[in-house]
Amino acid sequence: MSDTHAESIAFVRESSLPPAAPPEKVGGPFKWVKDNLFPTWANAILTIVALYFLYLLLSGSLPWLLNGVWNASSLSECREILDGATGACFSVISERWHQLLFGFKYPSDQYWRPTLALVLLFLAVAPVLFIDLPRKLLIFTGIYPFLAFWLIWGGPIWGPVFALLGVIVGYMVYARLVHNSFAKALAGGIVAAAIVWYVGGIIGDALRPARPLLEAVPSRDLGGFMLNMMLGITCVSLSLPIGIALALGRQSHLPIVKGICVVFIEFVRGVPLITLLFVANVMLAYFFPPGSGVDLFIRVVIMITMFSSAYIAEVIRGGLAALPKGQYEAADSLGLDYPQAMRLIILPQALKISIPGIVNIAVGLFKDTTLVSVISLFDIIGMIRGPILASTDWNGVYWELFLFASVLFFIVCYGISQYSQWLERRLATDHR
Amino acid sequence: MTTLTDPPKESFRPSMLLSDTRYRSITFQVIALVLLIAAIWYLGSNLAANLRAAGLNISFQFLNNPAGYDINQTLIPYTSQSSNLQAAWVGIINTLLVSFLACITATIFGVIAGVLRLSNNWLVRKLMAGYVEIFRNIPVLIWILIIYTIMTAAMPAPSAFRGDDPASSMMLGSFAFTNRGVYIPGPIWGPGSTIVVATFVASVIGVFAYRRYATKLLYDTGRLLPMLWPSVVILLVPTIVMFFFLGMPIGLDYPALKGFNFRGGIQIGAPLIALWFALSIYTGAFIAENVRAGIQAVSKGQTEAAAALGLRSGRIMNLVVLPQALRVIIPPLISNYLNITKNSSLAILVGYADITATLGGITLNQTGRAIECVVLLMLFYLVISLGISMVMNVYNNATKLKER
Amino acid sequence: MAETAQMQVSDEVAIRINNMNKWYGAFHVLRDIDLTVHRGERIVICGPSGSGKSTLIRCINALEEHQKGSIEVDGTLLSSDLKNIDKIRSEVGMCFQHFNLFPHLTILENCTLAPIWVRKTPKKEAEETAMHFLEKVKIPDQANKYPGQLSGGQQQRVAIARSLCMRPRIMLFDEPTSALDPEMIKEVLDTMIELAEEGMTMLCVTHEMGFARQVANRVIFMDEGQIVEQNEPEAFFNNPQSPRTQLFLSQILGH
Repeated sequence: MSDTHAESIAFVRESSLPPAAPPEKVGGPFKWVKDNLFPTWANAILTIVALYFLYLLLSGSLPWLLNGVWNASSLSECREILDGATGACFSVISERWHQLLFGFKYPSDQYWRPTLALVLLFLAVAPVLFIDLPRKLLIFTGIYPFLAFWLIWGGPIWGPVFALLGVIVGYMVYARLVHNSFAKALAGGIVAAAIVWYVGGIIGDALRPARPLLEAVPSRDLGGFMLNMMLGITCVSLSLPIGIALALGRQSHLPIVKGICVVFIEFVRGVPLITLLFVANVMLAYFFPPGSGVDLFIRVVIMITMFSSAYIAEVIRGGLAALPKGQYEAADSLGLDYPQAMRLIILPQALKISIPGIVNIAVGLFKDTTLVSVISLFDIIGMIRGPILASTDWNGVYWELFLFASVLFFIVCYGISQYSQWLERRLATDHR
Repeated sequence: MTTLTDPPKESFRPSMLLSDTRYRSITFQVIALVLLIAAIWYLGSNLAANLRAAGLNISFQFLNNPAGYDINQTLIPYTSQSSNLQAAWVGIINTLLVSFLACITATIFGVIAGVLRLSNNWLVRKLMAGYVEIFRNIPVLIWILIIYTIMTAAMPAPSAFRGDDPASSMMLGSFAFTNRGVYIPGPIWGPGSTIVVATFVASVIGVFAYRRYATKLLYDTGRLLPMLWPSVVILLVPTIVMFFFLGMPIGLDYPALKGFNFRGGIQIGAPLIALWFALSIYTGAFIAENVRAGIQAVSKGQTEAAAALGLRSGRIMNLVVLPQALRVIIPPLISNYLNITKNSSLAILVGYADITATLGGITLNQTGRAIECVVLLMLFYLVISLGISMVMNVYNNATKLKER
Repeated sequence: MAETAQMQVSDEVAIRINNMNKWYGAFHVLRDIDLTVHRGERIVICGPSGSGKSTLIRCINALEEHQKGSIEVDGTLLSSDLKNIDKIRSEVGMCFQHFNLFPHLTILENCTLAPIWVRKTPKKEAEETAMHFLEKVKIPDQANKYPGQLSGGQQQRVAIARSLCMRPRIMLFDEPTSALDPEMIKEVLDTMIELAEEGMTMLCVTHEMGFARQVANRVIFMDEGQIVEQNEPEAFFNNPQSPRTQLFLSQILGH
């Protein structure tokens, strides 16, 4: 078009320009290296430092990893095989893997039971994690806790069966009454379940077989990575409903209810988990009726559940606060009462927003289950520090064992956090 | 003139306790209160019964009894004849020491890693992502154990430094890394050293004063003085001049091998280093994520608007991006500091004498006063946590964006 | 109106774009753009979304990099040299669709930030200038509030004032009204019209056709990264030549 303004400014394009290829320098691997590794002097130095660091890391660890010995029966034998060369002694893992995974007391011919429970776990959590799966699978999720309990602890099958039966009856009563009044439904459900449990207890005692189908394993025999998984899963699942209740309580307009929840949440969040585990270890037994003898596993579960429910409550409170006020007003204007508004309108949305936060708490809690080794439970760290490193065969094999435990935790935690990120992206698009 | 009349006053009926909004909330609260009292009473009576059965009582008398155990890393006077209370104080100060040190280094690690994660250098970005993912997804307890093992199993014993041709030698002739800890030179304060320190303090104040002056000059006259190199000069030159002028009053006490161990200088025990380094590098990974999120939270439009106004990238960072990013970064940063303090209770694993290891560990085991010890322990952490969250609330309210 | 506007245009060239091309990866966003803007000209750029109009004006003050061709602003050739970029940016003001006010600074601080740190204006003087322009956009009483406390229209007027505080010779507007509620559009457009009447050189990406008729002395229609048609507003609206322009106008004007 013209440069001088005196001419007419009118311009009409007669033919469309086809898209042209970008100029040469835009693409190509050389350009990528230049743009991403050496764009400026400072960056080039950074790249070289990073490369050097990487070299140090790999040159230090690779020979050790690749030259590992997998089939010796003790550290001294390992050293003989290596004959002065650098190399890991992974034979500790090939010899003691069962202790690291299941603890040292779980009967070894029964390892298939926790393994099966783990496999079934994936089936049970799948419908919770992936909203696209058929909702019918949730029935199995409901059955799973009782099944897993029976698989891991063994003993007569009647206990878990009646416990499940009580829950089913309670839920049916609740579902019957809930359209009428939430409070009545809840009370009715609890009473119905309690009756079934009581009756079931009597029948179960009568039916106790001489030799149960699955050999009973006391909970002090549980250990290894299995114990970490069990504590993590049990406590997170138990703390979800408690966390929701605490979050609602903290949002409530009733000063006393709110006060109780605030004090509980702030107290639990203010102290380290290890002090709560001390409570479980040395103090909690005093608060039970004399002679009840609640075992350490259950006491630990109680304290960790308290711990995680306070954190989950805070996450859910964030979700509740993030909902626009209009949602509450809309629910009120439709004439819904408080339980209805919460159950039908507020919580489904608030929980959806909170899922990534809850998953983060779950990952943190799972890592924190290693703390039980401090109060002499033999989880995977307890096993490493206790029986394995103390044995004469393997005294001094630190790195291989720590590496093994680290890899296990990394796989689980990284997997969960990748899931959480996937979910976050997915929820973000859902809202649009 | 109002024509509205009050609603007819109904006489109170018991059913109104549930149906009338005025009484309903009171009813619920009374129920909650009754349940709470019942629970406390139930737990309390169980406690009393159990204590009676075991022949125990609740008493804090043991705090005044001699502790009877040694602590190797103390900042305040302590012997095994000191009271349990004094042991607890040693523990408290050690907890605060390791938390403070770890907070500083974790922030440094975190900020560097967080900023580098946003670098346009592909390799550095990936390395930092690796650091963050690896450290975040493995329990801190394992990290503490790994680093403690490095300190104790992989470092040479002091005896390795002995002889004419020692297996190990001191770094720069003044730092010794041994399996008992790290020995670093300690300062010796000669006469006149206070003047040197005072000069340095004055220089620090001077740097701030200079920066204020430079900003004021810019505001008043539009003249922008250089900031970086005058700050460095003001910070260092007077102190160095004063140091040599007074005949080098501050000397260094170098650690040296005497007998089986190092003497002189400052000893930082292996447990402290393991805990300090593990907590910093673990929490650093979390802080890195906060920093990254904070910087990314400042929308691209802000950077563009500042660029469109003609600001250079350094100024855009200082004047526009950082003030907004800090608002996002600081609250989680403070809760990470809180996590460091709470995680420092894992000191008990490596034998560092923090409050959990003294009061909640040895004292508890020796006196058998489980309830008293655990309660005091919780109380201490609670005070710290509530104090920090109070500071955080003040900060949040002060920096809240004004919106309509 | 069009005649009076025509008279203010001088022969001096404010922006000269020659054969400019830009790619996003392999996607050819701007194709052979040739455009000369004279001092005092007011140009409205319209076109379907994704046609490259925003990218075009963002290239002018180097918020986006172009890969081929040249851009010259007030005689300064835009290059990768920071000095050139600084110079052009301090001469060219820009308003964004989402205002992009700095939420942590007050209105007054938003307006004085760049004058103080870029133009090195003494603070007092910068504040006076800022108040002057805030009065001009008719919100001097909001000076000590924060952006979040203002309505969208007010925020956009502050954004205009913020740009004006740098005393730019050219103003770029990137869909300044499309994030606003209808009743707020007018107050922003009024501010822009006032600016136009004072002879500011303006490039506006906008779909406000009324504004284009009233203020512009040239309307440019872009599609698929090319300038398809340009003309004086009367001719452009009453007698569009290209079928693509006709289609676009029929869609946007609803007849």
